[in-house]
Amino acid sequence: METLTTFLNSFLPEGLSAFIVIMLKIVAILLPLILAVAYTTFAERKVIGYMQSRMGPNRVGPKGWLQPIADTVKLMFKEIITPTKASKIVFFIAPMLALAPALAVWSVIPFWDGGVLANVNAGLLLILAVNSLDVFGIILAGWASNSKYAILSSLRVGAQVVSYEIAMGFALVGVLMVSGSLNLTEIVQAQGGGLFGWNVFPLCGLFVVFFISGVAETNRAPFDVAEGESEIVAGFHVEYSGMAFALFFLAEYASMILISTLTALLFFGGWLSPFGHLVADIPVLSFILGDGFHWLLLKTMFFLFCYLWFRATFPRYRYDQIMRLGWKILIPVTLVWIFGIGIAIAYGWQPWL
Amino acid sequence: MFRSMTHFVKSFTLFELFKGLGITGKYLFKRKVTIQYPEQKTPMSPRFRGHHALRRYPNGQERCIACKLCEAVCPALAIDIEMEERPDGTRRTTKYDIDFFKCIYCGFCEEACPVDAIVETHIFEYHFEERGKNVITKEELLAFGDKHEAEIAKRKAADAPYK
Repeated sequence: METLTTFLNSFLPEGLSAFIVIMLKIVAILLPLILAVAYTTFAERKVIGYMQSRMGPNRVGPKGWLQPIADTVKLMFKEIITPTKASKIVFFIAPMLALAPALAVWSVIPFWDGGVLANVNAGLLLILAVNSLDVFGIILAGWASNSKYAILSSLRVGAQVVSYEIAMGFALVGVLMVSGSLNLTEIVQAQGGGLFGWNVFPLCGLFVVFFISGVAETNRAPFDVAEGESEIVAGFHVEYSGMAFALFFLAEYASMILISTLTALLFFGGWLSPFGHLVADIPVLSFILGDGFHWLLLKTMFFLFCYLWFRATFPRYRYDQIMRLGWKILIPVTLVWIFGIGIAIAYGWQPWL
Repeated sequence: MFRSMTHFVKSFTLFELFKGLGITGKYLFKRKVTIQYPEQKTPMSPRFRGHHALRRYPNGQERCIACKLCEAVCPALAIDIEMEERPDGTRRTTKYDIDFFKCIYCGFCEEACPVDAIVETHIFEYHFEERGKNVITKEELLAFGDKHEAEIAKRKAADAPYK
């Protein structure tokens, strides 16, 4: 990266070369992300199929590996239909509004030590703030569609996301109390020292709350009342087709990957190896078992698999049960946990340090 | 008191949710039951009722004697028969049409036939490419029977003890 900057500086003004480098970094983050989204859809169909004693897609390409590409091509060539009485402009802006925050959040996610686009100090706050903008796209999509199912789904999403944002925020408060920073790189670095340095151990309750609210936040099963197929067809995106629909799809899966990555970063030590410094002196193994991006990838993939596992296992919650779980169970649990951590900090009993 | 305690502990340790996850996790590694259709096929009974065929005797003479029992029994009125007397004094069909759009593949025609002329074969993968081709004529039925006679005879023989 340094050599590229100096190379560009040799014939371009400084501002422009910095711009080009940032653009290249954005592409380097977003392209693998979009590819990951495509193959997450494939993994979802495969995993759910396997859990239902089926095989899942296996016809397009070797073992079905080209299936996501075929899906993308199909969606691109599909006609985009607007309902006659839809609010045209909002109808087309809504999918972009849903997708943009889901992609923007990735700017502050560190992938390895120093491997981050914008190493801002309040990274965690930025994630919370930008991630909650997602819901505007969904609400506007439901409203602009001029369809009863879509508006019902939008209302549900609005209420659900607002409720679970609180529990999620409180879970993150616990994380920042323990690590003493809002910067994601520093949060990960505070979890050093091998497996037992990870935040899950002092914060196991908050981890469960965070992941459950993460699932609810992304409107995935078992909290998928927003698109409950049996009740309101597809929810807020009933009226969308083609690429406009694909954008919602992309946003949903990008936020799924985001929540999985965040869980890995905040509670499971991100790119840190569970072996800590134990393997640092062994020549070859230290490269594989030492800290590195592959650990983050592995942890993220595990949580993504959990998402699919949940979808294959749990029946959908009723709407009032979702509200009850969010307000009457998750929020009190986080409050009690934060209180406990506060007492521990006040009396200097900090086993995680 | 004790029951409410266990309920509290169970719901906070997510006991039942993990149990459910365990079951789906187990099924992830179980044998898959999917049949990869064009390459793999399920076993088929010799009684299977598919595309119709008219059979002949081993000497090449057509079996059908135009008794019209099949036409009479057909619940969908799919069969249409016309007949004549041949110079040798035998009674034969001049027209034997089956409308495959009307046919419900009940197999009554096969059961009604006193000479085992009309049969339903094991072949179920067929299609029509033109309007009107859904009505299969006597010539087509006979040709179909000639083509698959060996297989038809084998399947009828396999089913004979149970009739």
